[in-house]
Amino acid sequence: MLRKLFKFHGGVKPHTNKTQSTTAPIAAVPLPERLAIPLHQAVGGHPRPLVAPGDRVFKGQRIGGADGSLSSAVHASTSGIVRDVAPAIMPHTSGLTTLSVVIEPDGEDAWGELEKINYRSTPPDELRDYLRDAGVVGLGGAVFPSYAKLKPGKNGALKTLVINGAECEPFITCDDLLMRERAADMLKGIVAMRHMLHAEEVLIGIEDNKPEAVAAVRAAIAASGEKGIEAVAIPTRYPAGGAKQLIRVLTGIEVPHGRRSTDFGVQCFNVGTAYSIFEALEHGRPLISRVVTVAGNVAAPRNYDVLIGTPMDHVVRLAGPRADTDRYIMGGPMMGVRLPGFDVPVVKATNCILVGSPALFPPPPPEMPCIRCGECAKACPADLAPFEMYWFSRSKNFGKAQEYHLFDCIECGCCSFVCPSHIPLVDYFRFSKSEIWAREREKDSADSARDRFEFKNFRQEREKQEKADKLAAKAAATREKVAGDTAAAPAAAEADAPAAKPKPSADDAKRALIEAAMEKARQQKAQVAPKNTDNLAPEVQANIAAVDARRETAAPPAKPAAGKPDA
Amino acid sequence: MNNSPFVRKPASVQSVMLQVLLALVPGIAAYVWFFGAGILVQLLIASAAALAGEAAMLAIRGKPKALFLTDLSAIVTAWLIALTFPPIVPWWLTVTGTLLAVVVVKQLYGGLGQNPFNPAMAAFCLMIVAYPALMSQWPAAGQLDFGTQLKLIFGGLREVDAITGATPLDALRTALRSAASPDSQLHGLRTGQLMDGPAFGLLGGKGSEWIALGYLVGGLWLIQRRIITWHIPAAFCAALFVCAGLLWGMRPDGFASPLFHLASGGAMLGAFFILTDPVSGATTPRGKLLFAAGAAILTYVIRVFGAYPDGIAFATLLMNILVPLIDMNTQAPVFGHKKD
Ligand code: SF4
Ligand code: SF4
Repeated sequence: MLRKLFKFHGGVKPHTNKTQSTTAPIAAVPLPERLAIPLHQAVGGHPRPLVAPGDRVFKGQRIGGADGSLSSAVHASTSGIVRDVAPAIMPHTSGLTTLSVVIEPDGEDAWGELEKINYRSTPPDELRDYLRDAGVVGLGGAVFPSYAKLKPGKNGALKTLVINGAECEPFITCDDLLMRERAADMLKGIVAMRHMLHAEEVLIGIEDNKPEAVAAVRAAIAASGEKGIEAVAIPTRYPAGGAKQLIRVLTGIEVPHGRRSTDFGVQCFNVGTAYSIFEALEHGRPLISRVVTVAGNVAAPRNYDVLIGTPMDHVVRLAGPRADTDRYIMGGPMMGVRLPGFDVPVVKATNCILVGSPALFPPPPPEMPCIRCGECAKACPADLAPFEMYWFSRSKNFGKAQEYHLFDCIECGCCSFVCPSHIPLVDYFRFSKSEIWAREREKDSADSARDRFEFKNFRQEREKQEKADKLAAKAAATREKVAGDTAAAPAAAEADAPAAKPKPSADDAKRALIEAAMEKARQQKAQVAPKNTDNLAPEVQANIAAVDARRETAAPPAKPAAGKPDA
Repeated sequence: MNNSPFVRKPASVQSVMLQVLLALVPGIAAYVWFFGAGILVQLLIASAAALAGEAAMLAIRGKPKALFLTDLSAIVTAWLIALTFPPIVPWWLTVTGTLLAVVVVKQLYGGLGQNPFNPAMAAFCLMIVAYPALMSQWPAAGQLDFGTQLKLIFGGLREVDAITGATPLDALRTALRSAASPDSQLHGLRTGQLMDGPAFGLLGGKGSEWIALGYLVGGLWLIQRRIITWHIPAAFCAALFVCAGLLWGMRPDGFASPLFHLASGGAMLGAFFILTDPVSGATTPRGKLLFAAGAAILTYVIRVFGAYPDGIAFATLLMNILVPLIDMNTQAPVFGHKKD
């Protein structure tokens, strides 16, 4: 039985460089001396810290509570002592800091009490809250909170659940290895997702350069006896793993920019996400580790199971970095981001630490003028005319650039990859997008009276909330002293009620410090990622939401939209 | 490099231009075979002039010379000039034409990638307006030996009318016109008989049809190498064929056949090498079809009803003017917005 596959326009075929890191199984990483866990690792609201310096935490204990309508919790990846809750450098090109919880492991690696959940008997809303508090987010790189995508959409049921195992970026093999080694468990996660989404069929898309993974997943499906789940080998062509491209290839549906894929009866999740949903449901384990490929300028490229918060150089050391290493890139060579240092922490978005050197990734030849050869347009998977957008971006004619669908650009890099004039086209598009946001922000702040009014309201709300929090914290501390029980289950509590955390030592001074740090982080965030975009068209807003969040979370996608809100 | 992508395809402007030059070689070889080595001298003169003009302008504009002189784009322009000008024009005419193309039409408009007009064709038009006589002397195949050609190119010898005729296109048009006039001794002759003259070969001009075949081969190779797409050559040939076919079908004795038009003059060179110049041509797939079809119709009209030997150059320039309009109105729908 051969399934009819569809094509997406354009795409490129860079050297895949995948075989090097697939010869050995996924390896464990010894505990580092310290872990720095950024609280904000996913698209959406900034989680509030639930611990303070000096606290003892268990492995899997919630240390950051989801905040706001779209937010995802964060957990301690091992047991130990909280040494600091302060801004620390995040894995992002900007070199900005973000509020992070620094944990000194006690070496026990001891789990707290874990609470499992039966997804079949739990109401959908509760299940989603549970997954939110388990910190499950899209692991393809876009780190969109999964619970928010596990809704069937307005029709109440989904035609197709697409599982993304395409992994089209060169060098990255974490999904490949995950599928080879943990296909059966991943499949259980998929079955749970299908249940939540009422999906008719499940298609697992895997690029045909991963025959072992295809075979493993097919074997797991056969062994499970599940019906309506199919592993589909798709042609290897970057960016086949972009959510929209994969949906197109498997179903023929093109989800337009700014629209929800559920409106078209499709939803897409990464294979790693499916596995972490299994972990959360079956074992009650929140998302505290992920498979990370270490590749590039190392002696032994390999995949590791890495605790979130582990310094990257701690992991890379195991693979034997070469002497001329000059940078780490998070993600692959097509969409990855160059990191500001070697000791930045592994986060949920880290699918790959690509170790770079000037020899491996030489600077491009000098930029020449565009000769309008159209190569970029031929390669663009979004069917755009990059050279036109480039022309208008260069002349800062942003209105025109938008007319040429600048915001449909998924920043996949295909255009830059093929351009014979070596023009860094994507850079121009990133620049234009941020300029447009900045201008929107300015326009809005002209309406400053309204802004001030709203801010005042916001502040008053916030102060009220903080007072309530403090009271709740004190009450909780008292209760806990009375109960003499300091263990905290990661999942049971309300998202932003610090009452659930064991915090006998928390005093107001510490809390104030943390609040100040959070405020600072927020301000920084506001600088990088403007809000106030109410006047924009809905589709522009949707894009801003996605990219915005990406920019501020320290978690830019390594793959186009593997877990984007609109995909 | 700080930003992704960190890898790139090994492509460059230089390699694109080099492949275009290589693709011209079969046509040039046929040219040399039938018309003598004089064309090689013209190619050299034009190349030297192009590089000199480019170097001077880059120096004045403060642009990196090594980078732009080696991109080979000026050489492509130079070769197209040499190949479209009559092979025996005096050297100063080739030099003037090339300098105009490179200095004025290309560099003054901003250099590589910025020129709205095809430099070689703009130069051709300017020169044919300024020196109509010199630009209309086409030797017949095998008519002139290399020595005579050199003398014509470099020195004094200018008895042009005596030794050179018009292009087959020109000749046929003149002949057809006089055949239509009752005073002429050609009156009453048919196209087939008119084409029995020494200037004509099987399809088009004697020898020049082989050059056209050379260009066709080179052009197909460019398509295969994905340097150009099929749209422009296909649309140009199809439209020229249809135009010529319509009138020829109505009055086979009054008009040349479609195949004659395709094999004559600069049709193949135009279809595969001139109109496909990305900088001054249309860029969208549908736009390319329109652009090339328009150029073909104009070419035909100028050839049949105009006063110039070939219409490609004027047709190209006219269509160049329309490119922004064509591109703007032929943008393909983007991902998720297609109606299928
Ligand atoms: S690939 Fe580069 S040179 Fe070619 S049209 Fe696009 S931007 Fe211009
Ligand atoms: S980066 Fe944007 S413009 Fe370039 S190929 Fe990808 S989607 Fe198209």
